[in-house]
Amino acid sequence: MWPIIHKLGSPKWFYTMSGRWLPFLWGSGTILVVLGSLWGLAFAPPDYQQGDSFRILYVHVPAAILAQSCFALMAMCSLIFLVWRIKLADMVAGAAAPFGAAMTFGALFSGAVWGVPTWGTWWVWDARLTSMLLMLFLYLGIMALRGAFASRDGGARAAAILTLVGVINLPIIKYSVVWWNTLHQGATFSLTEKPAMPASMWLPLLLMVIGFYLLFAAVTVARTRNEIIRRQPTARWVRALVQGGRHGL
Amino acid sequence: MNPRRRQRLIIIVVLVALAGIAIGLTLYSLRANMNLFYSPTRISAGEASVGRSLRAGGVVRDDSVQRDQQTLDVTFTVTDFEEDVPVHYRGILPDLFREGQGVVIVGTLDERGWIEASEVLAKHDENYMPPEVDGALKAAEARRATPSDTAAVAERRTSGTP
Repeated sequence: MWPIIHKLGSPKWFYTMSGRWLPFLWGSGTILVVLGSLWGLAFAPPDYQQGDSFRILYVHVPAAILAQSCFALMAMCSLIFLVWRIKLADMVAGAAAPFGAAMTFGALFSGAVWGVPTWGTWWVWDARLTSMLLMLFLYLGIMALRGAFASRDGGARAAAILTLVGVINLPIIKYSVVWWNTLHQGATFSLTEKPAMPASMWLPLLLMVIGFYLLFAAVTVARTRNEIIRRQPTARWVRALVQGGRHGL
Repeated sequence: MNPRRRQRLIIIVVLVALAGIAIGLTLYSLRANMNLFYSPTRISAGEASVGRSLRAGGVVRDDSVQRDQQTLDVTFTVTDFEEDVPVHYRGILPDLFREGQGVVIVGTLDERGWIEASEVLAKHDENYMPPEVDGALKAAEARRATPSDTAAVAERRTSGTP
């Protein structure tokens, strides 16, 4: 098992392999998001109570799912980095953070825009909204902490520890609408029950969620590749790559 | 697993567990304040203090909304199907406000037991459906409904809201 892990953790192997995945990730992610947007915004039926304003869901829900998935990925990478000292895991955690922060902001912003016509307010301090805002601050804190240290390793470790402590917020976000009275409604989707909306509404949403995941993977892989080159500009394989590039390879 | 890695893993697990316990205890001790609103039952039991700003949540009782024809004044009753609280509001109501809908009211409780609302927020439930499906459901309910089970239909329509 160890040889596989070391191979997976090798920046050179990752760089070579991810170069092949990247066009597929960008392409399929873009196609799915475009299709899902058109389907959700133009062809899905309106809601019986909210009318067309419910269509904000096609941006709001994928953004909120990605914000939490990104945090979970960063937490896994942080654990691998802290325990096994695999540098690639730290590079992935660092590469994913800005995307997660952007998704958290997107979920909060689209929720506010949605809240004005439906709830009658753009913000309320209920448990779901507050725990999401806390996650935005956690993202910003993790990114700031990483840059606040003189040594890269110190910053990486501090950021990893904050990420692992911050992961406690994830179940709080998920169950906030169950544990407390909130203005935000309960979950529409669960793994065990039938979704509380018809297929004509959730199919475009499914396309959007998968598309967002693919684009997240594309952005994270691309940023990790840049970080690999930035950290080892003098490695022999990097030099070979650059010279190969010069010769038009 | 080699001893140094095992030690690091144990330290991290303990750190996260302790932080989790600390946050869990904090939330547990704050549980009364973490709720966004009082239910009508808690207001009737005298848990909310008169004259102080509060939030109340429940369902707008069917046939309780009365609008003044000349002004924006509106009165309605909020219920959790156990206790009722009457509400007076002057202003524009959100799109989703209607009878049988969950709402959150920001306002003050007066001595008569009325809430003078400064803000009315509509709560949305987790169900989405196209208008024609809702129409078909309502038609089926109307066909089935006999006087004895009208209450059950109303109950079912508002389930999912507090």
